[in-house]
Amino acid sequence: MARRWTNDLSRRDVTPKPVFMNRRTLLASGGALAAGAAWPAQASAEALDPNTWDEITSYNNFYEFGTGKTDPKENAGQLTTTPWSVEIDGMVDKPGSYAFEDILSQMDIEERIYRLRCVEAWSMVIPWQGFELADLIAMAGPKPDATHVAFQTLMRPEEMPGQNYPILDWPYVEGLRMDEAMHPLTIMATGLYDKPLPNQNGAPMRLVVPWKYGFKSIKSIVRITLTDSQPPTTWNLSGPQEYGFYANVNPNVDHPRWSQATERRIGGGLFSSRVDTQLFNGYDEVAALYEGMDLETNY
Amino acid sequence: MSRTQRVNAAIRKVPSWLIYFACALLPLWYFYLALTGGLGVEPINGLELALGDLAMKALVLVLAITPFRKWTGLNLVPHRRAIGVIAFFYVLCHLLTWAVLDVQSPARMWADIVKRPYITIGMAAFVLLLPVAITSNNLSIRRLGPMRWRRLHMLTYVICALGAVHYVMVQKVWEIEPLVYLAIVLGLLATRIPSIRREFAG
Ligand code: HEM
Repeated sequence: MARRWTNDLSRRDVTPKPVFMNRRTLLASGGALAAGAAWPAQASAEALDPNTWDEITSYNNFYEFGTGKTDPKENAGQLTTTPWSVEIDGMVDKPGSYAFEDILSQMDIEERIYRLRCVEAWSMVIPWQGFELADLIAMAGPKPDATHVAFQTLMRPEEMPGQNYPILDWPYVEGLRMDEAMHPLTIMATGLYDKPLPNQNGAPMRLVVPWKYGFKSIKSIVRITLTDSQPPTTWNLSGPQEYGFYANVNPNVDHPRWSQATERRIGGGLFSSRVDTQLFNGYDEVAALYEGMDLETNY
Repeated sequence: MSRTQRVNAAIRKVPSWLIYFACALLPLWYFYLALTGGLGVEPINGLELALGDLAMKALVLVLAITPFRKWTGLNLVPHRRAIGVIAFFYVLCHLLTWAVLDVQSPARMWADIVKRPYITIGMAAFVLLLPVAITSNNLSIRRLGPMRWRRLHMLTYVICALGAVHYVMVQKVWEIEPLVYLAIVLGLLATRIPSIRREFAG
Protein backbone atom coordinates (compact mmCIF):
# COMPACT_ATOMS: atom_id res chain seq x y z
CA MET A 1 0.00 0.00 0.00
CA ALA A 2 2.97 2.35 0.37
CA ARG A 3 4.34 4.96 -2.07
CA ARG A 4 1.22 7.05 -1.81
CA TRP A 5 3.29 10.20 -1.65
CA THR A 6 6.07 11.48 -3.89
CA ASN A 7 9.05 13.44 -2.74
CA ASP A 8 9.22 17.03 -3.82
CA LEU A 9 12.78 17.27 -2.54
CA SER A 10 15.67 15.43 -4.08
CA ARG A 11 18.92 14.08 -2.84
CA ARG A 12 22.27 14.37 -4.43
CA ASP A 13 25.15 12.73 -2.73
CA VAL A 14 27.53 15.40 -3.85
CA THR A 15 26.30 18.95 -3.92
CA PRO A 16 27.71 20.78 -6.94
CA LYS A 17 29.58 23.82 -5.80
CA PRO A 18 27.51 26.50 -7.57
CA VAL A 19 24.35 25.11 -6.01
CA PHE A 20 26.00 25.10 -2.65
CA MET A 21 27.08 28.70 -3.11
CA ASN A 22 23.59 29.64 -4.17
CA ARG A 23 21.81 27.91 -1.38
CA ARG A 24 21.86 30.85 0.96
CA THR A 25 20.56 33.23 -1.65
CA LEU A 26 17.84 30.83 -2.68
CA LEU A 27 16.76 30.26 0.87
CA ALA A 28 16.87 33.94 1.62
CA SER A 29 14.55 34.62 -1.25
CA GLY A 30 11.68 33.03 0.55
CA GLY A 31 10.51 29.89 2.24
CA ALA A 32 7.79 29.60 -0.37
CA LEU A 33 10.26 27.84 -2.64
CA ALA A 34 9.45 24.46 -1.29
CA ALA A 35 5.74 24.88 -1.79
CA GLY A 36 6.44 22.93 -4.93
CA ALA A 37 3.80 23.39 -7.59
CA ALA A 38 4.62 26.99 -8.37
CA TRP A 39 8.27 26.12 -8.88
CA PRO A 40 9.96 23.68 -11.17
CA ALA A 41 10.87 20.61 -9.17
CA GLN A 42 14.52 21.21 -9.85
CA ALA A 43 14.46 24.60 -8.18
CA SER A 44 13.02 23.38 -4.93
CA ALA A 45 15.32 20.40 -4.93
CA GLU A 46 18.30 22.68 -5.29
CA ALA A 47 17.12 24.97 -2.60
CA LEU A 48 16.65 22.20 -0.12
CA ASP A 49 19.52 19.83 -0.41
CA PRO A 50 19.43 17.51 2.55
CA ASN A 51 21.62 18.27 5.51
CA THR A 52 24.77 16.21 5.83
CA TRP A 53 24.97 12.99 7.81
CA ASP A 54 27.20 14.78 10.27
CA GLU A 55 24.72 17.61 10.82
CA ILE A 56 21.76 15.27 11.23
CA THR A 57 23.55 13.00 13.69
CA SER A 58 25.39 15.56 15.84
CA TYR A 59 22.68 18.13 16.57
CA ASN A 60 19.79 16.38 18.29
CA ASN A 61 17.19 16.86 20.95
CA PHE A 62 16.84 13.53 22.74
CA TYR A 63 16.62 14.41 26.42
CA GLU A 64 16.91 10.74 27.40
CA PHE A 65 20.61 11.22 26.64
CA GLY A 66 21.05 14.75 27.97
CA THR A 67 19.70 18.20 27.26
CA GLY A 68 22.66 19.49 25.22
CA LYS A 69 22.49 19.24 21.44
CA THR A 70 25.60 17.04 21.25
CA ASP A 71 24.74 14.91 24.31
CA PRO A 72 22.72 12.34 22.30
CA LYS A 73 25.64 11.68 19.95
CA GLU A 74 28.00 11.38 22.91
CA ASN A 75 25.79 9.21 25.12
CA ALA A 76 23.56 7.17 22.84
CA GLY A 77 26.23 4.70 21.74
CA GLN A 78 25.57 2.44 24.71
CA LEU A 79 21.91 1.90 23.85
CA THR A 80 21.16 -1.71 22.86
CA THR A 81 18.65 -1.87 20.05
CA THR A 82 18.78 -5.61 19.38
CA PRO A 83 16.64 -7.40 20.24
CA TRP A 84 13.85 -4.87 19.86
CA SER A 85 10.15 -5.36 19.88
CA VAL A 86 7.16 -3.10 19.79
CA GLU A 87 4.06 -3.74 21.84
CA ILE A 88 1.00 -2.90 19.76
CA ASP A 89 -2.09 -2.90 21.94
CA GLY A 90 -5.33 -1.16 22.76
CA MET A 91 -8.09 -1.11 20.18
CA VAL A 92 -6.58 -3.50 17.64
CA ASP A 93 -7.62 -6.95 16.46
CA LYS A 94 -4.12 -8.39 16.71
CA PRO A 95 -2.51 -7.01 19.85
CA GLY A 96 0.88 -8.33 20.80
CA SER A 97 4.60 -7.92 20.88
CA TYR A 98 5.97 -7.46 17.37
CA ALA A 99 9.67 -8.12 16.77
CA PHE A 100 11.34 -5.27 14.92
CA GLU A 101 12.69 -7.60 12.18
CA ASP A 102 9.24 -9.05 11.62
CA ILE A 103 7.79 -5.59 11.20
CA LEU A 104 10.55 -4.62 8.77
CA SER A 105 10.06 -7.77 6.70
CA GLN A 106 6.41 -6.91 6.14
CA MET A 107 6.80 -3.22 5.37
CA ASP A 108 7.63 -1.48 2.15
CA ILE A 109 10.71 0.64 2.87
CA GLU A 110 11.00 3.83 0.86
CA GLU A 111 12.87 7.10 1.00
CA ARG A 112 11.19 10.27 2.22
CA ILE A 113 13.13 13.52 2.14
CA TYR A 114 11.37 15.73 4.62
CA ARG A 115 11.88 19.11 6.15
CA LEU A 116 12.13 18.90 9.92
CA ARG A 117 11.17 21.99 11.90
CA CYS A 118 12.13 22.00 15.57
CA VAL A 119 9.98 23.93 18.03
CA GLU A 120 13.20 25.81 18.88
CA ALA A 121 13.03 27.55 15.48
CA TRP A 122 15.72 25.66 13.61
CA SER A 123 15.27 23.24 10.75
CA MET A 124 16.93 20.59 8.64
CA VAL A 125 16.15 18.54 5.54
CA ILE A 126 16.50 14.83 6.20
CA PRO A 127 16.56 11.83 3.85
CA TRP A 128 14.74 9.22 5.91
CA GLN A 129 14.04 5.63 4.97
CA GLY A 130 10.96 4.10 6.47
CA PHE A 131 7.40 2.98 5.95
CA GLU A 132 4.01 4.55 6.36
CA LEU A 133 2.58 4.31 9.83
CA ALA A 134 -0.77 3.53 8.20
CA ASP A 135 0.65 0.21 7.00
CA LEU A 136 1.79 -0.77 10.49
CA ILE A 137 -1.58 0.15 11.96
CA ALA A 138 -3.32 -1.82 9.22
CA MET A 139 -1.17 -4.83 10.08
CA ALA A 140 -2.44 -4.77 13.67
CA GLY A 141 -6.05 -4.40 12.54
CA PRO A 142 -7.45 -1.18 14.01
CA LYS A 143 -10.91 -1.31 15.54
CA PRO A 144 -13.29 1.15 13.89
CA ASP A 145 -13.92 3.22 17.02
CA ALA A 146 -10.23 3.95 17.69
CA THR A 147 -9.75 7.72 17.45
CA HIS A 148 -6.16 8.23 18.60
CA VAL A 149 -2.78 6.55 18.60
CA ALA A 150 -0.44 6.75 21.60
CA PHE A 151 3.31 6.11 21.41
CA GLN A 152 5.89 5.40 24.07
CA THR A 153 9.70 5.55 24.09
CA LEU A 154 11.92 2.94 25.69
CA MET A 155 12.43 3.43 29.47
CA ARG A 156 15.89 2.18 30.37
CA PRO A 157 17.74 4.52 32.74
CA GLU A 158 20.86 2.31 32.77
CA GLU A 159 21.38 3.12 29.10
CA MET A 160 19.54 6.42 28.90
CA PRO A 161 21.25 8.57 31.52
CA GLY A 162 18.85 11.50 31.13
CA GLN A 163 16.06 9.36 32.53
CA ASN A 164 17.78 9.46 35.91
CA TYR A 165 16.78 13.11 36.22
CA PRO A 166 13.16 14.16 36.59
CA ILE A 167 13.43 16.91 33.97
CA LEU A 168 10.53 15.32 32.06
CA ASP A 169 7.93 12.78 33.11
CA TRP A 170 9.59 9.58 31.79
CA PRO A 171 8.98 7.58 29.70
CA TYR A 172 8.45 10.00 26.84
CA VAL A 173 4.98 9.63 25.35
CA GLU A 174 3.36 11.15 22.28
CA GLY A 175 0.11 10.86 20.41
CA LEU A 176 -1.69 11.55 17.17
CA ARG A 177 -5.26 11.72 16.05
CA MET A 178 -6.19 8.68 13.96
CA ASP A 179 -6.47 10.69 10.73
CA GLU A 180 -3.05 12.23 11.36
CA ALA A 181 -1.58 8.79 12.02
CA MET A 182 -3.11 7.37 8.84
CA HIS A 183 -1.99 10.27 6.63
CA PRO A 184 0.45 9.10 3.95
CA LEU A 185 2.99 11.71 5.04
CA THR A 186 3.28 10.11 8.48
CA ILE A 187 6.05 7.54 8.56
CA MET A 188 7.99 5.30 10.86
CA ALA A 189 11.62 5.97 10.02
CA THR A 190 14.10 3.14 10.29
CA GLY A 191 16.98 4.53 8.29
CA LEU A 192 18.92 7.62 7.38
CA TYR A 193 21.05 8.04 4.25
CA ASP A 194 20.48 4.35 3.51
CA LYS A 195 22.02 3.31 6.82
CA PRO A 196 20.18 2.03 9.88
CA LEU A 197 18.94 4.87 12.04
CA PRO A 198 21.71 5.97 14.45
CA ASN A 199 20.81 5.69 18.14
CA GLN A 200 20.82 9.47 18.64
CA ASN A 201 18.18 9.82 15.93
CA GLY A 202 15.81 7.34 17.57
CA ALA A 203 16.95 3.84 16.66
CA PRO A 204 15.68 1.46 15.67
CA MET A 205 12.34 3.02 14.81
CA ARG A 206 10.90 6.49 15.30
CA LEU A 207 7.91 8.46 14.19
CA VAL A 208 8.27 11.26 11.62
CA VAL A 209 5.38 13.69 11.21
CA PRO A 210 6.90 16.39 9.01
CA TRP A 211 4.19 19.05 9.40
CA LYS A 212 4.50 19.07 13.19
CA TYR A 213 7.28 20.35 15.45
CA GLY A 214 10.03 17.80 15.93
CA PHE A 215 9.11 16.84 19.47
CA LYS A 216 5.98 15.07 18.15
CA SER A 217 8.19 12.68 16.20
CA ILE A 218 8.87 10.37 19.13
CA LYS A 219 12.01 8.23 19.05
CA SER A 220 12.98 4.64 19.92
CA ILE A 221 9.38 3.47 20.13
CA VAL A 222 8.48 0.40 22.20
CA ARG A 223 4.73 0.75 22.44
CA ILE A 224 1.89 1.83 20.17
CA THR A 225 -1.61 1.94 21.63
CA LEU A 226 -4.84 2.67 19.79
CA THR A 227 -7.37 4.42 22.01
CA ASP A 228 -10.64 6.31 21.86
CA SER A 229 -9.44 9.39 23.73
CA GLN A 230 -6.68 11.95 23.30
CA PRO A 231 -3.55 10.50 24.90
CA PRO A 232 -1.23 12.50 27.18
CA THR A 233 1.95 13.86 25.58
CA THR A 234 5.19 14.55 27.41
CA TRP A 235 5.91 18.18 26.49
CA ASN A 236 2.28 19.10 26.97
CA LEU A 237 2.44 17.69 30.49
CA SER A 238 5.69 19.58 31.09
CA GLY A 239 4.46 22.95 29.83
CA PRO A 240 0.80 23.02 28.79
CA GLN A 241 1.00 26.75 27.97
CA GLU A 242 3.94 26.20 25.65
CA TYR A 243 3.35 22.84 23.97
CA GLY A 244 -0.05 21.69 22.79
CA PHE A 245 -1.28 18.31 21.61
CA TYR A 246 -1.32 19.34 17.95
CA ALA A 247 2.01 21.19 17.69
CA ASN A 248 1.49 21.88 13.99
CA VAL A 249 4.21 24.08 12.54
CA ASN A 250 2.60 27.50 12.37
CA PRO A 251 4.44 30.79 11.83
CA ASN A 252 1.42 32.73 13.10
CA VAL A 253 1.24 31.15 16.54
CA ASP A 254 4.29 31.96 18.65
CA HIS A 255 5.75 29.87 21.39
CA PRO A 256 5.25 32.02 24.51
CA ARG A 257 9.01 32.47 24.86
CA TRP A 258 10.05 32.91 21.25
CA SER A 259 8.70 33.69 17.82
CA GLN A 260 7.86 30.89 15.39
CA ALA A 261 7.67 33.21 12.36
CA THR A 262 11.16 32.36 11.11
CA GLU A 263 13.64 29.54 11.40
CA ARG A 264 17.31 28.91 10.88
CA ARG A 265 18.26 26.13 8.54
CA ILE A 266 21.15 24.17 10.05
CA GLY A 267 24.24 24.07 7.88
CA GLY A 268 24.45 27.71 6.83
CA GLY A 269 27.28 28.56 9.19
CA LEU A 270 27.78 31.60 11.39
CA PHE A 271 26.19 34.09 9.02
CA SER A 272 23.19 32.14 7.78
CA SER A 273 20.00 34.14 7.37
CA ARG A 274 16.72 33.28 8.95
CA VAL A 275 14.04 32.07 6.55
CA ASP A 276 10.30 32.34 6.87
CA THR A 277 8.56 29.40 8.48
CA GLN A 278 5.67 27.93 6.47
CA LEU A 279 2.30 26.86 7.76
CA PHE A 280 2.32 23.08 8.27
CA ASN A 281 6.04 23.28 7.46
CA GLY A 282 5.04 23.67 3.81
CA TYR A 283 3.03 20.43 3.69
CA ASP A 284 -0.21 22.04 2.54
CA GLU A 285 -1.74 18.65 1.80
CA VAL A 286 -2.55 18.23 5.50
CA ALA A 287 -4.53 21.47 5.80
CA ALA A 288 -7.78 19.57 5.24
CA LEU A 289 -7.23 17.65 8.49
CA TYR A 290 -7.71 20.86 10.44
CA GLU A 291 -10.56 22.39 8.47
CA GLY A 292 -12.68 24.54 10.74
CA MET A 293 -10.34 24.18 13.71
CA ASP A 294 -8.96 27.22 15.49
CA LEU A 295 -5.20 26.69 15.21
CA GLU A 296 -4.59 29.49 17.68
CA THR A 297 -6.24 27.60 20.55
CA ASN A 298 -5.35 24.12 19.27
CA TYR A 299 -1.60 24.84 19.18
CA MET B 1 55.42 37.34 55.05
CA SER B 2 52.77 34.62 55.25
CA ARG B 3 51.95 32.58 52.20
CA THR B 4 48.66 34.39 51.69
CA GLN B 5 50.47 37.73 51.81
CA ARG B 6 52.99 36.54 49.25
CA VAL B 7 50.23 35.32 46.95
CA ASN B 8 48.34 38.57 47.38
CA ALA B 9 51.46 40.56 46.57
CA ALA B 10 51.91 38.49 43.43
CA ILE B 11 48.28 38.98 42.45
CA ARG B 12 48.67 42.73 42.91
CA LYS B 13 51.67 42.74 40.60
CA VAL B 14 49.74 41.32 37.65
CA PRO B 15 49.19 44.33 35.41
CA SER B 16 45.54 45.14 34.64
CA TRP B 17 46.20 45.44 30.93
CA LEU B 18 47.25 41.79 30.91
CA ILE B 19 43.94 40.75 32.45
CA TYR B 20 41.99 42.89 29.99
CA PHE B 21 43.97 41.51 27.10
CA ALA B 22 43.76 37.84 28.09
CA CYS B 23 40.05 37.95 28.91
CA ALA B 24 39.16 39.92 25.80
CA LEU B 25 40.76 37.22 23.68
CA LEU B 26 38.27 34.59 24.83
CA PRO B 27 35.26 35.86 22.84
CA LEU B 28 37.54 36.24 19.83
CA TRP B 29 38.62 32.64 20.29
CA TYR B 30 34.99 31.53 20.45
CA PHE B 31 34.24 33.56 17.35
CA TYR B 32 37.07 31.79 15.57
CA LEU B 33 35.76 28.41 16.75
CA ALA B 34 32.27 29.29 15.56
CA LEU B 35 33.64 30.20 12.13
CA THR B 36 35.61 27.00 11.78
CA GLY B 37 33.10 24.44 13.03
CA GLY B 38 34.49 24.18 16.57
CA LEU B 39 31.13 25.08 18.13
CA GLY B 40 29.14 22.45 16.29
CA VAL B 41 26.85 22.52 13.29
CA GLU B 42 24.77 25.43 14.63
CA PRO B 43 27.45 27.99 15.43
CA ILE B 44 25.11 30.96 15.95
CA ASN B 45 23.34 29.46 18.92
CA GLY B 46 26.61 27.83 19.98
CA LEU B 47 28.36 31.20 20.13
CA GLU B 48 25.41 32.84 21.87
CA LEU B 49 25.41 30.18 24.58
CA ALA B 50 29.20 30.13 24.98
CA LEU B 51 29.25 33.91 25.48
CA GLY B 52 26.27 33.78 27.85
CA ASP B 53 28.13 31.22 29.94
CA LEU B 54 31.24 33.41 29.97
CA ALA B 55 29.21 36.44 31.04
CA MET B 56 27.55 34.50 33.83
CA LYS B 57 30.88 33.16 35.12
CA ALA B 58 32.51 36.58 35.06
CA LEU B 59 29.61 38.11 36.99
CA VAL B 60 29.75 35.37 39.63
CA LEU B 61 33.49 35.96 39.95
CA VAL B 62 32.92 39.70 40.49
CA LEU B 63 30.43 38.94 43.25
CA ALA B 64 32.70 36.36 44.84
CA ILE B 65 35.75 38.59 45.27
CA THR B 66 34.78 40.26 48.55
CA PRO B 67 33.47 37.15 50.37
CA PHE B 68 36.45 35.23 49.01
CA ARG B 69 38.82 37.67 50.66
CA LYS B 70 36.90 37.42 53.90
CA TRP B 71 36.88 33.63 53.92
CA THR B 72 40.30 32.77 52.49
CA GLY B 73 42.35 35.92 52.80
CA LEU B 74 43.02 35.86 49.06
CA ASN B 75 42.72 39.34 47.73
CA LEU B 76 41.51 39.82 44.16
CA VAL B 77 40.12 43.27 44.93
CA PRO B 78 42.90 45.05 42.98
CA HIS B 79 41.52 43.43 39.85
CA ARG B 80 37.84 43.70 40.56
CA ARG B 81 37.38 46.61 38.21
CA ALA B 82 39.06 44.78 35.35
CA ILE B 83 36.97 41.68 35.92
CA GLY B 84 33.80 43.75 36.11
CA VAL B 85 34.54 45.61 32.90
CA ILE B 86 35.35 42.29 31.23
CA ALA B 87 32.00 40.88 32.41
CA PHE B 88 30.32 43.84 30.74
CA PHE B 89 32.30 43.14 27.57
CA TYR B 90 31.13 39.52 27.61
CA VAL B 91 27.49 40.53 28.04
CA LEU B 92 27.95 43.00 25.18
CA CYS B 93 29.37 40.27 22.91
CA HIS B 94 26.51 37.96 23.93
CA LEU B 95 23.98 40.69 23.13
CA LEU B 96 25.64 41.50 19.79
CA THR B 97 25.60 37.84 18.79
CA TRP B 98 21.91 37.75 19.56
CA ALA B 99 21.16 40.98 17.70
CA VAL B 100 23.37 40.63 14.62
CA LEU B 101 23.74 36.90 14.04
CA ASP B 102 20.64 35.45 15.67
CA VAL B 103 17.52 37.61 15.34
CA GLN B 104 19.04 39.72 12.54
CA SER B 105 16.58 42.59 12.44
CA PRO B 106 15.68 45.58 14.64
CA ALA B 107 11.97 44.76 14.34
CA ARG B 108 12.49 41.22 15.59
CA MET B 109 14.82 42.47 18.34
CA TRP B 110 12.22 44.87 19.61
CA ALA B 111 9.47 42.26 19.41
CA ASP B 112 11.55 39.87 21.48
CA ILE B 113 12.51 42.48 24.07
CA VAL B 114 8.89 43.39 24.77
CA LYS B 115 7.35 39.94 24.35
CA ARG B 116 9.85 37.42 25.71
CA PRO B 117 10.34 37.67 29.47
CA TYR B 118 13.80 36.06 29.46
CA ILE B 119 14.99 38.55 26.84
CA THR B 120 13.35 41.43 28.75
CA ILE B 121 15.23 40.38 31.87
CA GLY B 122 18.54 39.92 30.04
CA MET B 123 18.09 43.32 28.44
CA ALA B 124 17.28 44.91 31.81
CA ALA B 125 20.53 43.47 33.15
CA PHE B 126 22.41 44.94 30.20
CA VAL B 127 20.83 48.38 30.57
CA LEU B 128 21.69 48.44 34.27
CA LEU B 129 25.23 47.38 33.43
CA LEU B 130 25.76 50.42 31.20
CA PRO B 131 26.07 53.11 33.92
CA VAL B 132 28.11 50.76 36.07
CA ALA B 133 30.56 50.01 33.25
CA ILE B 134 30.79 53.65 32.15
CA THR B 135 31.66 54.80 35.67
CA SER B 136 34.28 52.12 36.26
CA ASN B 137 37.14 54.65 36.41
CA ASN B 138 38.79 56.93 38.96
CA LEU B 139 37.47 60.08 37.35
CA SER B 140 33.88 58.91 37.90
CA ILE B 141 34.58 58.11 41.54
CA ARG B 142 35.81 61.68 42.00
CA ARG B 143 32.95 63.23 40.05
CA LEU B 144 30.19 61.24 41.78
CA GLY B 145 31.74 61.16 45.20
CA PRO B 146 32.42 57.86 46.94
CA MET B 147 28.97 57.38 48.40
CA ARG B 148 26.99 57.88 45.19
CA TRP B 149 29.52 55.89 43.26
CA ARG B 150 29.35 53.02 45.77
CA ARG B 151 25.56 53.00 45.65
CA LEU B 152 25.51 53.09 41.87
CA HIS B 153 27.83 50.12 41.77
CA MET B 154 25.56 48.19 44.11
CA LEU B 155 23.48 47.75 40.94
CA THR B 156 25.87 44.88 40.30
CA TYR B 157 23.85 42.85 42.81
CA VAL B 158 20.65 43.37 40.84
CA ILE B 159 22.44 42.69 37.55
CA CYS B 160 23.84 39.36 38.72
CA ALA B 161 20.46 38.25 40.04
CA LEU B 162 18.76 39.21 36.76
CA GLY B 163 21.46 37.42 34.77
CA ALA B 164 20.99 34.20 36.75
CA VAL B 165 17.19 34.36 36.49
CA HIS B 166 17.56 34.91 32.73
CA TYR B 167 19.78 31.82 32.56
CA VAL B 168 17.20 29.68 34.40
CA MET B 169 14.39 30.95 32.15
CA VAL B 170 16.21 30.29 28.89
CA GLN B 171 15.98 26.53 29.42
CA LYS B 172 13.01 24.48 28.29
CA VAL B 173 13.02 22.39 31.47
CA TRP B 174 14.29 22.96 35.02
CA GLU B 175 17.95 22.22 34.46
CA ILE B 176 20.38 21.77 37.29
CA GLU B 177 23.25 23.95 36.15
CA PRO B 178 21.37 27.25 35.90
CA LEU B 179 19.71 26.57 39.22
CA VAL B 180 23.14 26.02 40.77
CA TYR B 181 24.26 29.38 39.37
CA LEU B 182 21.17 31.06 40.72
CA ALA B 183 21.77 29.49 44.14
CA ILE B 184 25.42 30.65 44.15
CA VAL B 185 24.42 34.18 43.15
CA LEU B 186 21.73 34.34 45.84
CA GLY B 187 24.18 32.92 48.40
CA LEU B 188 26.80 35.53 47.52
CA LEU B 189 24.17 38.27 47.66
CA ALA B 190 23.09 37.09 51.10
CA THR B 191 26.60 37.88 52.37
CA ARG B 192 25.98 41.50 51.32
CA ILE B 193 22.84 42.01 53.38
CA PRO B 194 24.65 43.53 56.39
CA SER B 195 26.64 45.98 54.26
CA ILE B 196 23.55 46.97 52.27
CA ARG B 197 21.70 47.59 55.55
CA ARG B 198 24.58 49.74 56.79
CA GLU B 199 24.75 51.65 53.52
CA PHE B 200 21.12 52.65 53.59
CA ALA B 201 20.69 52.91 57.38
CA GLY B 202 21.01 56.67 56.91
C1 HEM C 1 23.74 39.99 32.60
C2 HEM C 1 23.42 39.70 31.40
C3 HEM C 1 23.30 38.33 30.82
C4 HEM C 1 23.77 37.13 31.26
C5 HEM C 1 24.60 36.83 32.51
C6 HEM C 1 23.35 36.12 30.31
C7 HEM C 1 23.65 34.79 30.42
C8 HEM C 1 23.15 33.81 29.60
C9 HEM C 1 23.38 32.41 29.76
C10 HEM C 1 24.23 31.79 30.86
C11 HEM C 1 22.72 31.77 28.77
C12 HEM C 1 22.56 30.27 28.56
C13 HEM C 1 23.81 29.60 28.16
C14 HEM C 1 23.64 28.11 28.10
O1 HEM C 1 22.51 27.60 28.12
O2 HEM C 1 24.66 27.44 28.03
C15 HEM C 1 22.08 32.76 27.97
C16 HEM C 1 21.32 32.50 26.83
C17 HEM C 1 20.77 33.47 26.05
N1 HEM C 1 20.77 34.83 26.29
FE1 HEM C 1 21.70 35.77 27.80
N2 HEM C 1 22.62 36.73 29.32
C18 HEM C 1 22.57 38.07 29.59
C19 HEM C 1 21.97 39.04 28.82
C20 HEM C 1 21.31 38.80 27.64
C21 HEM C 1 20.81 39.81 26.76
C22 HEM C 1 20.94 41.29 26.98
C23 HEM C 1 20.23 39.16 25.72
C24 HEM C 1 19.53 39.73 24.52
C25 HEM C 1 18.81 40.78 24.52
C26 HEM C 1 20.37 37.75 25.93
C27 HEM C 1 19.90 36.77 25.09
C28 HEM C 1 20.11 35.43 25.24
C29 HEM C 1 19.65 34.43 24.32
C30 HEM C 1 18.86 34.68 23.04
C31 HEM C 1 20.08 33.21 24.82
C32 HEM C 1 19.95 31.84 24.18
C33 HEM C 1 18.61 31.23 24.15
C34 HEM C 1 18.64 29.96 23.32
O3 HEM C 1 19.13 28.94 23.80
O4 HEM C 1 18.22 30.00 22.19
N3 HEM C 1 21.05 37.58 27.11
N4 HEM C 1 22.34 34.01 28.49
